[in-house]
Amino acid sequence: MANVATMDAGARVSRPKYGSISHDRRWALRWSYFFLVLFAIFFLMPPVYMLITSLKTSAEISAETNPWWVYHPTLANYVELLTSPIYLTFFRNSAIVSAVVVAITMLIAVPAAFALSRMRFWGSTVLATGVFLTYLIPETLLFLPLFKMFAVFNEWTGIELINRWWVLLIIYPTLTVPFATWVMIGYFASIPKELDEAALMDGANYRQILLKVFIPVALPGLIAATIFAFTVSWAQFLYPLAFTTSADQLVLPVGIITTLIKGDVFNWGQIMTGALLGAAPPLIIYAFLMDYYIAGLTAGATKG
Amino acid sequence: MVDAALESPAIRPVARRRAGLHRAMQRKSTIAFFMTLPLLLLIALLVLYPALYSLHLATLNKSMERFVGFGNFTFLFKRETFWMVVQQSCIFAITAVIFKAIIGFFVAHFVHNIPSKGQRKWRGMLLVPWVIPPAMSTLAWLWLFDPSYSAFNWILAIFGIGPVPWTGDAYWARFSVILVNVWIGAPFFMIMYLAALKSVPEQLYEAAAIDGANWWQRMWYVTLPMMRNIIAITALFSLIVTFANFDIVRILTQGGPIDRTHVFATWSFWLGIQGGDIPLGASVSLFMVPILTVAAIFILRDIHRRGNES
Repeated sequence: MANVATMDAGARVSRPKYGSISHDRRWALRWSYFFLVLFAIFFLMPPVYMLITSLKTSAEISAETNPWWVYHPTLANYVELLTSPIYLTFFRNSAIVSAVVVAITMLIAVPAAFALSRMRFWGSTVLATGVFLTYLIPETLLFLPLFKMFAVFNEWTGIELINRWWVLLIIYPTLTVPFATWVMIGYFASIPKELDEAALMDGANYRQILLKVFIPVALPGLIAATIFAFTVSWAQFLYPLAFTTSADQLVLPVGIITTLIKGDVFNWGQIMTGALLGAAPPLIIYAFLMDYYIAGLTAGATKG
Repeated sequence: MVDAALESPAIRPVARRRAGLHRAMQRKSTIAFFMTLPLLLLIALLVLYPALYSLHLATLNKSMERFVGFGNFTFLFKRETFWMVVQQSCIFAITAVIFKAIIGFFVAHFVHNIPSKGQRKWRGMLLVPWVIPPAMSTLAWLWLFDPSYSAFNWILAIFGIGPVPWTGDAYWARFSVILVNVWIGAPFFMIMYLAALKSVPEQLYEAAAIDGANWWQRMWYVTLPMMRNIIAITALFSLIVTFANFDIVRILTQGGPIDRTHVFATWSFWLGIQGGDIPLGASVSLFMVPILTVAAIFILRDIHRRGNES
């Protein structure tokens, strides 16, 4: 067999193979680096251009000079935005909404994931699949009925929900909880059964098993789900755009788009500064917790 | 079972009813039910109910007082804009997903090819578009596409290529929204495919190399079959998200020029929130359901199959 194979290969490939594999590898490596640089330029160009523009004055932005270079760098845009009360309000609203939504998400998702992965009860497997399916329902399908529901709720109870920033605290969990639960089910399911059986034998109740065994062991999953919940609530754009309108109720993404763009006047220096500052929190978290971030990203599809 | 055994066998008769309730509360299924209750309430009230409610809304007239049956749908079918939106949504989602998958596939291979020491750094850099909130990065693209100060046109002008109307012309605007979507989504594919590539056992490649397989054969007979599941599920996920996309079109073109770039989500927002016709907007958004259902069924089948394998 081996003879036939080598003869066959020898017949087809006339030149000697020795050395050419490492030669091929070297070229493959060079091409890989070449294309990686090319794609890195493509992927990093918009954020870099944000930074470039944010360091320019309005005069330089509209000047006929090279747009890819800063001739007179200035931090004026940053100073102006970070001292403007309205921008700080956007930032505060975003920060509060994201922090509270993360807390709500984890409080709902972790016990539910524990129950669904460990305490088999009637309908628990169907429910786990159902949770995953709700994650697939996009917010673009739900914002109009929700808008109407809030109006009806106002008629019934007199509580106004439209144009209140805290209504986002109620809606955002619909985006974060299903996926967080799904990820946590995956992590909890990977914990060996012997661990909680041993804890049960020692007389631990379910609360103790969850708090003292599962959460510490599944901490990487917990961090990944937390990061996911934060980035989703920080980046959400449709719901705040549909449900909040007055300037003091807006969160960052909507605030930048509706207040910094006035009619046809685009103050691009400030818009880019605002956008960059808005992108900063997820980027900083990503920079420090990249492995957890990627684990959470791939968990949704590779686990389960 | 164990918790039942731990319970004290001597219960005084007077406390029996309370103890019965207490035992029911201690039962595994009861505890489990209460642990999942917040999740169930959230999904039922804020996901399932609105989803069904939009079916009801779609049958009402603009002031939501009168039942019009399929009136909204027949009205939509007669409008040319609607068919344009259907066409644009499909072009947008399918083209974007295909390009995201191709770019993600190749970039994943390039990252996989280089020594593992440097992979983390490259992977970290290449995922940045996915991390930035889409609304923020689309603003950067809007500025890059600016009609008078476009930084792209400045570069193109060096090569003597005339100013490109990135968002002004219907075809270029369609190209632009797809480009931005690909830019945001390709890193996600890259990460997924990279994870899949890492899970292919090295022995398979060695065996293929011994058998004299060339690069294409290794790709076709080893890599692709091993990655098939991940490729399919990532593409389906992305199809759902891209089909329902809102941020990019809304910020980049607002549906213009003359409604040429509207997708279902942005058009239903335009009709429902800005136009004040919630039932019509809800009817438009309902057209997303068939394709979402098909994608969801395939994803579910894949998950089910893998559940059976393990």
